[in-house]
Amino acid sequence: MSEVLVWIETFHGAALPTSWEALGAGKALADKLGVPLTALVLGENASTVAKVAGEQGAASALICDDATLKVYRLEAYAALLTKVVQERKPRAVLAVATTRGRELLAASAADTDSGMLADISSFEAQSDGGITAVRPVYAGKILSDAAVNAGGTQFLTLRGRAFRPNAANAAGSLAITQIAPALSEDQIGTKIESFQEAASTVNLGDAAIIVSGGRGMDKNPKEAPAGSANAAVWKAQDGFANTLQPLADVLGGAVGASRAAVDAGYIPYAHQVGQTGKTVSPDLYIACGISGAIQHQAGMRTSKVIVAINSDKDAPIFKMARYGLVGDLYKIVPAVTAELKKRLGK
Amino acid sequence: MHCVVFTRATPDTAAKVEVGANGAVTWGDAALVVNPWDEYALEEAIVQTQNGGKTTVIALGGEMHLDALKHSLAMGINDAMRIDDPALDPTDSLAYARTAAAAVKKLGDVTLVLFGKESVDVGTDQHIYGTARKLGWAMLSAVSKIIALDEVAGTIQVERLLEQGKEVVTAKLPAVVSVTKEINEPRYPSFIGIRKASKAVIPVLSLADLGISAAASPTRIDAYRNLPVRDSQVEMINGTPEEQAAILVDRLLGEKVL
Ligand SMILES: Cc1cc2nc3c(=O)[nH]c(=O)nc-3n(C[C@H](O)[C@H](O)[C@H](O)COP(=O)(O)OP(=O)(O)OC[C@H]3O[C@@H](n4cnc5c(N)ncnc54)[C@H](O)[C@@H]3O)c2cc1C
Ligand SMILES: Nc1ncnc2c1ncn2[C@@H]1O[C@H](COP(=O)(O)O)[C@@H](O)[C@H]1O
Repeated sequence: MSEVLVWIETFHGAALPTSWEALGAGKALADKLGVPLTALVLGENASTVAKVAGEQGAASALICDDATLKVYRLEAYAALLTKVVQERKPRAVLAVATTRGRELLAASAADTDSGMLADISSFEAQSDGGITAVRPVYAGKILSDAAVNAGGTQFLTLRGRAFRPNAANAAGSLAITQIAPALSEDQIGTKIESFQEAASTVNLGDAAIIVSGGRGMDKNPKEAPAGSANAAVWKAQDGFANTLQPLADVLGGAVGASRAAVDAGYIPYAHQVGQTGKTVSPDLYIACGISGAIQHQAGMRTSKVIVAINSDKDAPIFKMARYGLVGDLYKIVPAVTAELKKRLGK
Repeated sequence: MHCVVFTRATPDTAAKVEVGANGAVTWGDAALVVNPWDEYALEEAIVQTQNGGKTTVIALGGEMHLDALKHSLAMGINDAMRIDDPALDPTDSLAYARTAAAAVKKLGDVTLVLFGKESVDVGTDQHIYGTARKLGWAMLSAVSKIIALDEVAGTIQVERLLEQGKEVVTAKLPAVVSVTKEINEPRYPSFIGIRKASKAVIPVLSLADLGISAAASPTRIDAYRNLPVRDSQVEMINGTPEEQAAILVDRLLGEKVL
């Protein structure tokens, strides 16, 4: 059957917001090819999530909430996706390029000897049946024009925030099909022993606004309490928590960081933006006390509007910024936070 | 235990990468280095075999990868191998996975295959998962710690660092593992190691040596392009912090990004 299949990634039974971007991109592709759009929803709460997929443009959904799929495990999910691909032979399979989306689609593409392009920022169906796509490479320093040839199923993972979700339509009708798991529990070799949820999850990939801090965060004028092991670390940590976080909070954004800040122990690695951290493309990126090294730029250069706050007027970050503010971040950031509170009526 | 690590060379991350007039990717006179993420995999292979066992590093592709292999040997990896064949399309992950899996099978006695998180240049990471599936082995990605590896019981227990938290998972051996930077602190090659590695002759195998033939690649790369020029004339906002803040907020409201 010719269709476009989109895997809706879930966590604790709820869809990741970026999954709807993948479904939006899938809808555009399905419309262009003149084939139906099918959502694949596995695990806890699959039928509820599938209903939302219907409102977001899916014509049908394949669901399986078997106990073996309750929590994502590559082995169980990939076996089922591969079975679905072998039986239904979709034209294309799409998902968001998260850790799970990337490994799941790559596994199934290998199982079915299909072509795959990972982490693409745009794509287009060609008249010969191939799909061409743009992939940022060399840490976003250049672009590659890649293609999956016609014939067979084409696997694509999509960079978060590079595609638009569909407008929700509550009247959308949806045909739901229950499918059976491919493996039984005793055929699955991986067992999850425990899961410790991160105290604060930073989803930089989803954030529309990111406020990032760098090594300059240790210039906090506050005195570190007597007896703190390392005054610079204390000052920077206090700055992230009490100077940057409040700005992120009024903006409804997330806090990011440079590698220098992460390596110095000012903030956990999950916040790192850059070549060896997260690649982000928010609408607004505010870099505070970050010089703008090429490896940092690699992770944030596709941000729509970049604001740089830095005490050094010659810092390279100003070369890529839309707005530059020279000065002490510990004076400017609180002033911006206060001004926003006033203007946004918070 | 025999542990295999896959690695290759990448341009130094500080390199200014550009597409030249002839369409080829250039990085000036910047050095080629071992893919930084793979240093953690190389270190872990050495750590996991320090009480017995052996390590092999494998690169697929041309001579540009030689120094990365020599760096691996200098760190303390026992053997190196390069797979090079005019029929091998190094940009297609399916062709890569078939070849990498065939190389592991040819070695015969491998228990653990280690990869870095991704390559810092093309960074698809799908080579890793494809290799695991072509081997038919368990795949554990984003591993921040190998808690236990029991060859007798045939199990491996690891901690994985995922977007939402830390997962402890047990899987069956043999397994393919990709590691994160939290797993260890990669060592620098010793002087003696560097001397020994510089003399090593690294065997080059063809697809025929691995007993496979090239299959058609379902993907291709048509071109590389430079980024469109960012038309960001920076506007410097001056004044007291309060004045700067007021102007910035005006501008941001105008940009409609709030
Ligand atoms: C293999 C490799 C991978 C890398 N990956 C990454 C990566 O993923 N992400 C990343 O960010 N880096 C990465 N780097 C590191 C990168 O090269 C830089 O070292 C790093 O980005 C610098 O961080 P920074 O801008 O915070 O620090 P610095 O370069 O030290 O800059 C600090 C800035 O703060 C300013 N400042 C100081 N005080 C104040 C104040 N009171 N108010 C305002 N401004 C102030 C200074 O003027 C300066 O510009 C990588 C490097 C390598 C080799
Ligand atoms: N040509 C290659 N030879 C050996 N290993 C490779 C090669 N390409 C990629 N790898 C390995 O695969 C991982 C993922 O790379 P990539 O899929 O390019 O992001 C890297 O960390 C390397 O360990």
